[in-house]
Amino acid sequence: MSPATKPPVRRSTPISGRGEPFVWLTGIGLSAATLMIVSLLVLVISNGTLTFWPAPLHELTLRDGTRVLGEVRRTESYRPGPEELEALSADVRRGIEDAGGVATRLLLRTGNYDLYGDDFRWVSEHAIASRREPAEAWLIERLEWGPAIGIPREIRRGAHPIADSAHGKLAEVFERERSAAAARSRRIQVLEKHDLGRINDRLEKGRLAVRRAAIQNGEGSPEHQEAASRADRLEHRLGEDHHRIQEQAALLRAQNDEVQVVIEDLDGRLITSRPGSEDPLRVSQVVRAYPANALGWAARFGVFLDRWVEFLTSEPREANTEGGVFPAIFGTFMMTVMMSLAVAPFGIMAALYLREYARQGPVVSAVRIAVNNLAGVPSIVYGVFGLGFFCYALGGTIDEIFFPERLPSPTFGTGGILWASLTLALLTVPVVIVATEEALAAVPRSMREGSYACGASRWQTIWRIVLPRATPGIMTGLILAMARGAGEVAPLMITGVVKLAPELPFDTQFPFLHLERSFMHLGFHIYDVGFQSRNSEAGKPMVYTTTLLLIGLILMMNLAAIALRTRLKRRFRSDHF
Amino acid sequence: METAQRMQEQPTAITSHAPRPHESGKRETRVHPEVYGERPVLEIDRFSLWYGQTQALFDVTMPIPAGKVTALIGPSGCGKSTLIRSVNRLNDLVDGVKIDGDMRLNGDSIYAPSVDVIDLRKRMGMVFQKSNPFPMSIYENVVYPLRIDGENRRSVLDETAERSLRSAALWDEVRERLGTSALELSGGQQQRLCIARAVAASPEVLLMDEPCSALDPIATSRIEELIFSLRGEYTVLIVTHNMQQAARVSDYTAFMYLGHLVEYGITKRIFVKPELRQTEDYITGRFG
Repeated sequence: MSPATKPPVRRSTPISGRGEPFVWLTGIGLSAATLMIVSLLVLVISNGTLTFWPAPLHELTLRDGTRVLGEVRRTESYRPGPEELEALSADVRRGIEDAGGVATRLLLRTGNYDLYGDDFRWVSEHAIASRREPAEAWLIERLEWGPAIGIPREIRRGAHPIADSAHGKLAEVFERERSAAAARSRRIQVLEKHDLGRINDRLEKGRLAVRRAAIQNGEGSPEHQEAASRADRLEHRLGEDHHRIQEQAALLRAQNDEVQVVIEDLDGRLITSRPGSEDPLRVSQVVRAYPANALGWAARFGVFLDRWVEFLTSEPREANTEGGVFPAIFGTFMMTVMMSLAVAPFGIMAALYLREYARQGPVVSAVRIAVNNLAGVPSIVYGVFGLGFFCYALGGTIDEIFFPERLPSPTFGTGGILWASLTLALLTVPVVIVATEEALAAVPRSMREGSYACGASRWQTIWRIVLPRATPGIMTGLILAMARGAGEVAPLMITGVVKLAPELPFDTQFPFLHLERSFMHLGFHIYDVGFQSRNSEAGKPMVYTTTLLLIGLILMMNLAAIALRTRLKRRFRSDHF
Repeated sequence: METAQRMQEQPTAITSHAPRPHESGKRETRVHPEVYGERPVLEIDRFSLWYGQTQALFDVTMPIPAGKVTALIGPSGCGKSTLIRSVNRLNDLVDGVKIDGDMRLNGDSIYAPSVDVIDLRKRMGMVFQKSNPFPMSIYENVVYPLRIDGENRRSVLDETAERSLRSAALWDEVRERLGTSALELSGGQQQRLCIARAVAASPEVLLMDEPCSALDPIATSRIEELIFSLRGEYTVLIVTHNMQQAARVSDYTAFMYLGHLVEYGITKRIFVKPELRQTEDYITGRFG
């Protein structure tokens, strides 16, 4: 039979080959991943952005006659214990029993930690007799002891009242005095931190010179004596400046101490300048104050923005639960940049040798497997290694050679931003090596041959053709490494990150870049505020906001790197072949 | 069927399959005397090559005349690409390659142990089957051979770029956009750019490995015109499996089969009056 006369063979795809279930499965996988990421982001963004929105102050009058004032933080259901039920009146108890034994309670942020011994208070819904939002109540953010919530009565300079609540204008006078006091505080800070710091720095250098001379030339040698007398003269000369600056600061401080604001809570208890004192709160102790219930939308938004600005630009206070995170932002950014600068050349060079120069064989395969496995080592192990190798071994040696006069207090021989960055570079180098190798392998053979045929050496081919062509792929590896490194906390905790480091690793003091300094990090800040602070409830909003900021920072750095990669890719894209 | 095809591509396997009628007896090589009348630029001298255990070239001896276009033709797997890639020693990059015999470029040995391969390649240009412009601008592509020699004088580079692009008949199309990426050119333009790059350093011999096989007929005819116009100025050795192309562009044609040089002579004579039966069979399309 010839093919033309045969009946045509009908072919069909078996059910197992049709693939719809697999399409569904892949879809489910993607949606599960998306759902998790989106809900995490929604949680962080909603909690993080609203933290700084000024909440109204509620005055609750309880059935037993006590009154409490504060922000309602959240409401939750709970199951009252038998003792609590016993103490309730019959109809309330019946109401709870009808609801299945479940009652509702509010978490009220009452502030005034110095008066009450706590910032928060649970109030059961059924215990509330009435509630209102008093227009005269203020929320006052203080430098210490958390917020104060109360009713301002008057403002005094010395013993004389300059404004009181009965005659109005209290708010304007307060704001004027507050900004004046804040300006004086800033001036004090400049005097003490900058000017005195500079003098202390020079004195310290003089003392170190004496020690260095003693170490190098021996105790009592002419050099040592000369250095000592020079240090004495310096101390004498700078001592006067030191004294003058201290006097100036003391004067400003006295002016600040004069201006006080009388605030009472609902029971008429005075909020004092510090626990145990009889003096009212000083205006200079106030960061921000506002009548929460009397604010219009514009004013609320003003408070919101002001808090964001403070958060982004100032230093933390109150054991990190208040104030800003600028040192942490800066530390995270600088550490990530330094890590990228360290990891890029190392990773790329290693991958180049592995892929282009090394003879492919069992040894190279073993190296490759080892590198890939490094990516799976727990990060804390890298931290321990960084502490042992970088901080103690390398840093200790640097100290002995270059800074013997400062010993036993270490300079480089302890955690610092340089060692933390190098530890993270080590942690992320496998990612860069693997990505670079892939990118190098993807460069078409025809390009290398074309270059060789032009008479290029192997190095010229790699440098001029292969590397540029592989750059987008290498950038992908770097982006991944950066994202991994910026979010890493565990190894940093032992190689240089600290709870509070107001001195940035980069400043106007010579030599400007202080690689030996310890630094703050957003990731560690989250851990610290969330789990290590006095009051985790007070720190919670800060945790969300800091998380939001960290995610935003990583996103921004990644976007920058991706934009760079896209530009490079466009250069190397080929539409034809 | 499949095995037979593969065997055909592997020169050592020929003994295992039944010899065709014209293959009986000793392999014959016929080089026409006219070839020896020209001054050779490149002399291939009893050259053999092995990929591992597999022998791909058998004792090939052929002079390549100066200023002429010499075409290598033959069926797939006959070793013509291997031969041309041996001229600039690109086969060195392949693992397990062994050779025997030698080649000489203007009298200088190519395979002597003392030869610096990079210096050697600087004396030749090569155009590949698939155009392979580098990921850089048109201008930088053309002057790449000069750049790697450390030439950075703008005047020299500009002059070379214009001369090479004119030689490759591309100047008028790209003179306004020398700074744009070479990857934005069309396929035919890219191949002409590669030709410009190959002639930029004034090579002693220009090697072309099936330069038109990935191009459409219009682009092909432009490249063919270009190759035709390069004769006299450059010595061209071109590999092609398109016999019409060989007939159109070349002065001399060498027919290769299963790693052997079969017949080599003036193109017209090879195509009109081949001396060997095997050549005639291939030319007339009876096999191949």
